[in-house]
Amino acid sequence: MTDTLLEIDRLSVDYETARGDLKALRDISFDVRKGEIVGIVGESGCGKSTLISSILRLTAPNTRFRQGEVRFKGEDLLQLPERKMRDLRGADISIVFQDPMQTHNPVLSIGQQMLDIQHRSKASKADKRARAAQMLGAVGIPDPEARLAQFPHEFSGGMRQRIAIAMALMSEPDLLIADEPTTALDATLEVQIIERLQELQQEFDCAILFISHHLGVIAELCDRVVVMYAGAVIESGDVREIFHDPKHPYTRRLIDCDPGHIKERARVLPTIPGEVPDLANLPGGCIFRDRCDQAMPRCAAEVPPLAQLKEGHHAACWLNHKEAAE
Amino acid sequence: MSLLDVKDLKTSYGPVNVLAGVSFTVEPGETYALVGESGSGKTTVIRAIAGMAPAQEGSVKFDGQEIRGASERTLRPLRKNIAMMFQDPVGSLSPRLTIRSLITEPYRIQGMKDRDLDAEAKRLLEMVNLPAHFADRYPYQLSGGQARRVGVARALALEPKLILADEPTAGLDVSVQGELLNLMNDLRERLGLAMVIITHNLNVVRHVADRMGILYLGRLVEEGATETVFHEPRHPYTRCLLSANPEPDPDARLERIALKGEPPSLLKRPSGCEFRERCPFAQEICTQTPQWEVDNGHGLRCLAPLHQGTAA
Repeated sequence: MTDTLLEIDRLSVDYETARGDLKALRDISFDVRKGEIVGIVGESGCGKSTLISSILRLTAPNTRFRQGEVRFKGEDLLQLPERKMRDLRGADISIVFQDPMQTHNPVLSIGQQMLDIQHRSKASKADKRARAAQMLGAVGIPDPEARLAQFPHEFSGGMRQRIAIAMALMSEPDLLIADEPTTALDATLEVQIIERLQELQQEFDCAILFISHHLGVIAELCDRVVVMYAGAVIESGDVREIFHDPKHPYTRRLIDCDPGHIKERARVLPTIPGEVPDLANLPGGCIFRDRCDQAMPRCAAEVPPLAQLKEGHHAACWLNHKEAAE
Repeated sequence: MSLLDVKDLKTSYGPVNVLAGVSFTVEPGETYALVGESGSGKTTVIRAIAGMAPAQEGSVKFDGQEIRGASERTLRPLRKNIAMMFQDPVGSLSPRLTIRSLITEPYRIQGMKDRDLDAEAKRLLEMVNLPAHFADRYPYQLSGGQARRVGVARALALEPKLILADEPTAGLDVSVQGELLNLMNDLRERLGLAMVIITHNLNVVRHVADRMGILYLGRLVEEGATETVFHEPRHPYTRCLLSANPEPDPDARLERIALKGEPPSLLKRPSGCEFRERCPFAQEICTQTPQWEVDNGHGLRCLAPLHQGTAA
């Protein structure tokens, strides 16, 4: 496959702690093709953040890569010398963080910060400034020339997040990682950001890895979805497959829980009782077993593999295996 | 008589006119939701009710008693009846106190020396479905959902008549969010609590609120029964908010109505209708200032409302 941009191949990552190894990511595999928007969905503690920091290799000192590869354009990023990794970050792969209030340096003007991140470019200062203004315009900041002189506190939250997007796209990266970019924003601004990302993705033709726990946003924006639970991929596939025909009980229950799904006022909202298992002391078998209402004896005995059910739809659940149903 | 009667409440921080006259009432046992974007003044409204934010003008009556501008001494006994749930669940719990101390602190503050604090802690934890041994934990040992429930337990300690909840589900995972809302609905029924919930999550409002008010730039622009507002929003801003709610279905293509631009600065309030510059339905008449008009329990501040002629 020549159009594959990023391949996560059987990646396992631990955190060494006093309590023993915390198995933050286990056997993660998925890929992102050129120009595609892939969503990663999962709740707290599912490993989303570890995954992003592993791709960018911005991990905490107690991180241990136990197994697997992170291939970007065919090259394993985990083996790359740090110097080469630095060339990649912000140029080929860039990121938009969750909190727009904390991404910018409060004591430098937006213009200065947008010049600084063009440090690789040989262009003149005036050209860099023009480029910065052009990018601000592209994300819909009115009067960009004048606003370059302003400081982060002079912009609203929604504008700051759009500026962060402008900065991330300035180098025309092949891959943009967006880590919950709309979580800190109001619904109306969330919609603005999503629409802006869709337009820019068309314009710049970059792939986006979009991390969110907001199913509505994922459904609207993404081509494909990867569902994570407690450090493992439990289902992945085309966005329609995932939302219309989920094959893992966790995915199904998660969609049911979303109050956006329930149009009439409900006295009792659906929930998923129980807690995410302790990653330092994982139970055997399927990790979702304790919270699953369809668990069978086999689920305690063996870990279900992430199996292909049809072209482009994978799920890790014994319910999808014919022999189990018999 | 309403349990809570807020009339023409105005708050300014220096030149910033945050609340420009907010009025609403809450009946005993009723849940009222205040909805609005960041900066609309939601938090200021409930902080002003609880006496935690200044309110220069207007009136806040609780059980018929005026509490705006009341001294701390007058307010303290009243706070038995008005409890607050803060927005940041972990941040609102002191990191150096155990959960037992945190949820029984209200008794100490109110000087209720006759209470058996251990027994009360146990009772309160049970009420919010947390195991009794959580009493010995510290806030950092709790998940976000558990910290929220501790917040609920603390708010319930003095058996209040009214709970003011600031974004009670913000930052919670969807699977846990339902649990908290179920718990609040359940407690409300069992204890006959009234609640004011402020949120920007419309999906939450639909399932908990009896009535809702939409706040824009420190003024209510629409108010009514939750069902009515959801099905027949009459203010364009309400309609925009409702349409900005992404659905968990890739084929749902909402008839999305884009809001133009950003909320205007409170330092330079627009003339006429303050929503006019962002409104996709603005008309010539909107340069005039709209008044608050109530028709059949449905309040509206708009000169060019939607669904005209459908009012019963």
